[in-house]
Amino acid sequence: MTATAPVVAAAAPKMDPLHHFHVTKYLDFDYLGIDVAISNSVLWMWIAAGLVLLFFHLAFKNPRIVPGRLQSLGEAGYLFIRGIVDDIVGEKGRPFFPYIFTLFFFILFCNLAGLIPGSFTVTSQLIVTATFSLMIVGFSFVYGFYMHGTHYFKFFVPSGVPVLLMPLMIPIEIISFLARPVSLAVRLFANMTAGHTMLAVMFLYVVTLPWWGAWLPFGFTVIFTGVEIFIGFIQAYIFTILTCVYINDSIHMH
Amino acid sequence: MDATAAALIGMGLAALGFAGSGVGLGVLFGKAIEAIARQPAAEAQLAKYIWIGMAFVEAVALYGLVVAFIIMGKA
Repeated sequence: MTATAPVVAAAAPKMDPLHHFHVTKYLDFDYLGIDVAISNSVLWMWIAAGLVLLFFHLAFKNPRIVPGRLQSLGEAGYLFIRGIVDDIVGEKGRPFFPYIFTLFFFILFCNLAGLIPGSFTVTSQLIVTATFSLMIVGFSFVYGFYMHGTHYFKFFVPSGVPVLLMPLMIPIEIISFLARPVSLAVRLFANMTAGHTMLAVMFLYVVTLPWWGAWLPFGFTVIFTGVEIFIGFIQAYIFTILTCVYINDSIHMH
Repeated sequence: MDATAAALIGMGLAALGFAGSGVGLGVLFGKAIEAIARQPAAEAQLAKYIWIGMAFVEAVALYGLVVAFIIMGKA
């Protein structure tokens, strides 16, 4: 995203609905020419990771056979992700469970932490989600070759298709494989950005309208914040499901 | 027409993508309700696929939003 939104800012009275997506540097660091500054994005990534650690630390600090409230929640999260991995990948997916578990909870806490007023939504930066998705798809590609050797190229040859159609089908399969990281990244990024922009626009109405009109958009923001919590969860879930599907593709092929 | 006006029109046109997503959501939930009405016992199982499908359908509309953002960057 560009820093300024001249088109939108011109219409709205000096309020920019995309303002809360700006990355501001707190501490400038430069490591061998690579920009590793501590920005608000980095800070909130740390906070989200810290919250995940704190949550599971508190949940399993003194585990009991009959779990308490927090431990039940932690166990439910654990079983939820294990259910997804077992359903989609099966027994061979167990080695990837820790990674998928971490991925789900990190994205979930990033999404939810972004809803705190004044915070920064880490997952609303395309570069963050693109890093996740390229890592996942790149890994599944490499792992496919590790598992199947050159047989993995058969992945791009759909079965049960006449040979005559092959010159058409193989490029389609390759393109659909290359579209995976793009769609995975853009889905999460766009969902987070769209929801938060919508909230910002509605709050703009709350501020600019007189009091007798402001309750309508204000009520909408209250409801929509609830929807946003739900969307944050659903998007983390989808991201996890698709990660499992891609890993499953490289283990079991079609 | 100057470039800014054209960009604004383009951003508006990018919002047309929402129409497709709207049709998709209508079909998705319509069929889902139909399916649950036929087989109420399957509701819990269907709900999982409904939410996954919803996220996919919604994502299509949001690609339109991304296009609008790209145009905004150029304007």
